[in-house]
Amino acid sequence: MKTILKSGTALLLGLTVAGQTAAQTMITEIGEGEGQVNIVAWPGYLERGETDAAFDWITGFEEKTGCKVNIKSANTSDEMVALMNEGGFDLVTASGDASLRMVAGKRVQPINVDLIPSWSTVDERLKEAPWHYVDGTHYGVPYMWGPNVLMYSTDVFPEAPKSWDVVFTAMDFPDGKPNQGRVQAYDGPIHIADAANYLMFHQPELGITSPYELNEDQYAAALDLLRGQRKLVSRYWHDAFIQIDDFKNEGMAASGTWPFQVNLLQGDKTPVASTIPEEGATGWADSTMMHADAENPNCSYMWMEHSLASNLQSDLSVWFGANPAVPAACTDGRGMQTAEGCTTNGMDDFDRIKFWTTPVSSCESQGTCVPYYRWVSDYIGVIGGR
Amino acid sequence: MSDSALINRRGGALAQLSDTLWRRPGLLIFLLILPPALWLGIIYLGSLFALLAQSFFSIDEFTGIIQYEFTLKTYAELFRPSNFDIIIRTVVMAAAVTIGAAVIGFPVAYYAARYARGKWKAIFYLGVMMPLWSSYLVKVYSWKLILAKEGILNWLFETLHLGGLLNAYLAIPVIGGNSLSVSATGTFLVFLYVWIPFMILPIQASLERVPHTMIEASGDLGARPAQTFRHVLLPLALPGVIAGSIFTFSLTLGDYIIPQIVGSSRRFIGQAVYAYQGTAGNIPLAAAFAVVPILLMAVYLWVAKRQGAFDAL
Repeated sequence: MKTILKSGTALLLGLTVAGQTAAQTMITEIGEGEGQVNIVAWPGYLERGETDAAFDWITGFEEKTGCKVNIKSANTSDEMVALMNEGGFDLVTASGDASLRMVAGKRVQPINVDLIPSWSTVDERLKEAPWHYVDGTHYGVPYMWGPNVLMYSTDVFPEAPKSWDVVFTAMDFPDGKPNQGRVQAYDGPIHIADAANYLMFHQPELGITSPYELNEDQYAAALDLLRGQRKLVSRYWHDAFIQIDDFKNEGMAASGTWPFQVNLLQGDKTPVASTIPEEGATGWADSTMMHADAENPNCSYMWMEHSLASNLQSDLSVWFGANPAVPAACTDGRGMQTAEGCTTNGMDDFDRIKFWTTPVSSCESQGTCVPYYRWVSDYIGVIGGR
Repeated sequence: MSDSALINRRGGALAQLSDTLWRRPGLLIFLLILPPALWLGIIYLGSLFALLAQSFFSIDEFTGIIQYEFTLKTYAELFRPSNFDIIIRTVVMAAAVTIGAAVIGFPVAYYAARYARGKWKAIFYLGVMMPLWSSYLVKVYSWKLILAKEGILNWLFETLHLGGLLNAYLAIPVIGGNSLSVSATGTFLVFLYVWIPFMILPIQASLERVPHTMIEASGDLGARPAQTFRHVLLPLALPGVIAGSIFTFSLTLGDYIIPQIVGSSRRFIGQAVYAYQGTAGNIPLAAAFAVVPILLMAVYLWVAKRQGAFDAL
């Protein structure tokens, strides 16, 4: 109830503030640092050597610029949007399903890429990505990206599964036992996109062009596929550490997951590996975005430059099992990442990944699509067995 | 020496304030009550009404934007099969947990109230209260490990050659699943463990108030133990049971963390509220969902009050 009140207030605040900041301008030069910068980030995205002394990309920045970095962790995209609506923050590492909401809500301001010297080193594939580049304006600086891979137990699969059908259709696994009860799926409505991605490959007659833009028929087909999957899945995974536990103690054999869990399980000597099957995969791409009313714009710009130029890109990609937005970070030895490491994390699979974005009712490919709030209610129904 | 002379001799603002308060006790009480009344009125009732108001709005099917016009459409949505399932599932679970806690809690409380003395009484209190000291999440996660397919409980069944029995039980639809930790039974067990102290303590309090002589009188009049229990002990202890059930029922009704960690991923009311207000931006439906437990508890408390449950709190 408290959260409802909070989001109600946030909504109201958002509405009132949105009106005022409609006409905003870009910064044209960077002045003196303000002494601090407040960042909303995913857990593990901002490390200052406190979790593991080897992973530190904040201390150097603070010493160099005199800007103290204040971190606020957020666990979901919705939390990030809510925090940014409340205000008091300068930067946020937003995923594609949050970034467009914030651009539409005028919570973030355009970024002047000319003020960021290392902008030229950013991956060409990300520079004008639709989740932060809107109507010819940059609203974010690419930060990190990664695929939602298929994790499998190497005890059960002698070789990597070729298709996502191991988690979508009833079958016997190579060890002769059925997959029922031994596969998992993500406990978020965005998983409907994984089903759509599978159908895009196997039922071309549906005419799906993007798993995030589905008309009623395509959407119904995806839900049908997921209803079949419900019979195979005992528990949907929500928390990364619960899934790790399930692969250790519940005899799980295959599931869609983040490279993060694969790395941790392999580090624990659990016999698992990951792959991107023939259908491709969904994925996430995060950008650093700047609040419309940021109080520390100079330190913010310094941080954005730091995020591209320093050891951050390289070490964070090792830490999180993700891919740097600056390809050179894989090879130039500024941190611990290597070319092989980047390949493992999926650096070469960019084109096979459909990045998370929020499904909206007015979509580009076919006029009207099923909006996200229906994804939520229908996915609750699917998990409930409806 | 007159009264006025006495008062006039005292100076200073604080002393005057003290005098005023002494002369007008009503003012003192008003000032003392004001902060909690404001707290209740604004923070608690205010948020409650904000919630109620939200539930009478609706979301536009087409654009997903909230329409601030009075409608009952959102409440009608609660009766859609997938949503109604959630309500039924939560209420059945809450009722099962309450009954389970009463059945297990009663003998424990009876022992503590009648037989435990001295050191054992202290140990009893410690035993009941200790689970409340450790973090809720730690308890739930350890239960996940206990109930896991490769966990200790399953191992015990296998060692005793009762694995088949467990599997036969888990094959039952609805309450079963692939392993205990992904079944509704697992969710039930964890709920039961986490909330049972809230059942034991009120029952014990009410049992201690039952005079021992009544039980003896019942026996003297020829009642068998079962009859004494049914006709003497239970009616006298019932307010305690109902007081405990208010806790277990409402706590289960509102919890959204246990079913997320242990169970079949099928949603409970709390999780539905969380999902609708957070990820979907469908605040009206979340508010309507949140009203359901409030209504259920209102009815429940009304019945409990008539049974005299609040005398045993």
